[in-house]
Amino acid sequence: MKNVLNGLAALGLGLAAVTAANAAEYPIKKPVEQDWSFAGPFGTYDKGQLQRGFKIYREVCAACHSLNLVAFRNLEDLGYSEAQVKAIASEYEVQDGPDEAGDMFMRAAKPSDKFPAPFANPEQAAASNNGAAPPDFSLIAKARAVERGFPTFVFDVFTQYAEAGPDYIHALLTGYGEDPGEHEIPEGTHYNPYFLGSASLAMADPISDGQVTYEDGTPETVDQYARDVSAFLMWAAEPHLEARKATGFTVMIFLVLFAGLMYLTKRKIWSEAH
Amino acid sequence: MSAGHSTYTPKSGFGRWMDARLPLPRLVYDSFVAYPVPRNLNYAYTFGGILSIMLVAQILTGIVLAMHYAASTEVAFNSVEKIMRDVNSGWLLRYLHSNGASMFFVAVYVHIFRGLYYGSYKAPRELLWILGCIIYLLMMATAFMGYVLPWGQMSFWGATVITGFFTAIPLVGEWIQQLLLGGFAVDNPTLNRFFSLHYLLPFMIAGVVVLHVWALHVVGQTNPTGIEVKQKTDTVAFTPYATVKDAFAMVVFLAVFAYFVFYIPNFLGHPDNYIEADALKTPAHIVPEWYFLPFYAILRAITFNIGPIDSKLGGVLAMFGAIAVLFVVPWLDTSKVRSAVYRPWFKLFFWLFVLNAIFLGWLGSRPAEGTYVAMAQAATLYYFVFFLVIMPVLGLIETPRKLPNSITEAVLEKKSSVAAATATDQAKG
Repeated sequence: MKNVLNGLAALGLGLAAVTAANAAEYPIKKPVEQDWSFAGPFGTYDKGQLQRGFKIYREVCAACHSLNLVAFRNLEDLGYSEAQVKAIASEYEVQDGPDEAGDMFMRAAKPSDKFPAPFANPEQAAASNNGAAPPDFSLIAKARAVERGFPTFVFDVFTQYAEAGPDYIHALLTGYGEDPGEHEIPEGTHYNPYFLGSASLAMADPISDGQVTYEDGTPETVDQYARDVSAFLMWAAEPHLEARKATGFTVMIFLVLFAGLMYLTKRKIWSEAH
Repeated sequence: MSAGHSTYTPKSGFGRWMDARLPLPRLVYDSFVAYPVPRNLNYAYTFGGILSIMLVAQILTGIVLAMHYAASTEVAFNSVEKIMRDVNSGWLLRYLHSNGASMFFVAVYVHIFRGLYYGSYKAPRELLWILGCIIYLLMMATAFMGYVLPWGQMSFWGATVITGFFTAIPLVGEWIQQLLLGGFAVDNPTLNRFFSLHYLLPFMIAGVVVLHVWALHVVGQTNPTGIEVKQKTDTVAFTPYATVKDAFAMVVFLAVFAYFVFYIPNFLGHPDNYIEADALKTPAHIVPEWYFLPFYAILRAITFNIGPIDSKLGGVLAMFGAIAVLFVVPWLDTSKVRSAVYRPWFKLFFWLFVLNAIFLGWLGSRPAEGTYVAMAQAATLYYFVFFLVIMPVLGLIETPRKLPNSITEAVLEKKSSVAAATATDQAKG
């Protein structure tokens, strides 16, 4: 039996070595895990951060990336009042209609409207962006993740790691740099070792230090911008995260207490059986 | 339903009236109250009950989700997102349903492995086992079609790959594939029929579950010793003994389920399924849900032609064979002893089989290239060797350990050895 176990252990080591050799080529670098206010069992969004992230989205990302599933009214989650949301919405124009004459017309957006997309259709988006349509941002924080690999993914169950999306976005936005010359970078693409699909991507480095003004004294660095917009995108993808975790805590307490009582009942009943 | 005599005596006048016309209370009493169960059942035996509540939970959450979901390729993806964002507690229902499917499979795998370990498939429980295999097959079909409904990238490409298997079948393959798809590619007709069948199959599962439980109540439960019940002291009444034990296990299982739903709801999913289906963009790696990964690894392990069978058909045959072989397990095992507890060699090969199955699952998540293929081939070989060689041969040559005379004796033996160990510890201390 001991020999069998030793054999299995050896096999395991062998496999680990093979896995390393077989590891996927991309991304070249794995994202660095960041501290997020919304991580962990009691995680909540930092409203100030979400507002800053929204500012980044509005002033930088929104030129190319749509946010189709988010409505202006959802912005109240970020700590804006009803009046503020109304004011934000009115800065956008959306198409409505048809009117009595059968014509479509443009009007100022209302809180119930969704964010209008920067391009009329995916074809136009692709045509304006070197052939690659910029992805919609509503779910991007859940739709991108670098594979964690064995055994990390097992530990993730216990550490409740669910921030692979924002970690990836942050890594990508801060990861642009000079190509060390080891990779072929096609014309019109930009080297970024954190990109999931290849060594470079169509999007150029979108943001630089000091580009967006923060009113609350937060440092105006790319690292901070990336952090804030990643948090905002996580909120956009998972707006009910706080309610989920808060409900979860109550549910877990109930179930653990219930299980404890059931266990004691079970012990009592079975002690009479023998 | 139980084989023994009914001990039900209606207490009220209405009870007697009812009993003479429709003895439903008698049926419930005999099946879930007085029904004798072996007294030595461990927690591995609680997963049958857990599975039944998971089925109910999936049906309930599914019915409500169906009220908000729209099965059309134009709107399916966004209708799921509407559930996640705008429907009251929609995120909870949807995460319960998607994680519930995974938990359902966790429970069914424990249940199946328990059956294999304790020889639950052996006479007279062959039909019970086969009914269980049918339920498992229906579960797989239901889960596969359910995964297509959110119309994400993995939904679409998973459906494309899996329905593509059928084209490997000679002569009728293309026809079957087109029947499944309702056309030549995964599209709106596919989504519509999958939604319809995804709603139908759980009720078929419920029907087969009734037969499964009926068969169970006719032949009685096995137990860790594998010895049949011989005397009254071998059993305890279902209520309160099994009821309270099952209830405790269910609550613990629900706590694990809740942990996934509330803290890591997307852990078992694939990020690509948060991207809407796009027939023009193939994901880098198409992987099915985790519970299909071992079979996916077996499918892709056959990379060579076997005589007239090309590798594609070979892979499909191996994959379906891996499930089909389960149906004949009662006749593959030649051992006279039922439980692995008394079969040291079988026990070893069984645990190797479990590790091998997990290993196959991991391989299924890897790309089918390089050393992974060779490893998948070795693991596939062991999968089939376990059933087709080890099970029949080992039963003939293995010397089992001495069996206790009865369940009662086994229970008392265990108790006295525990008492002895405690006594020795105390003496040492």
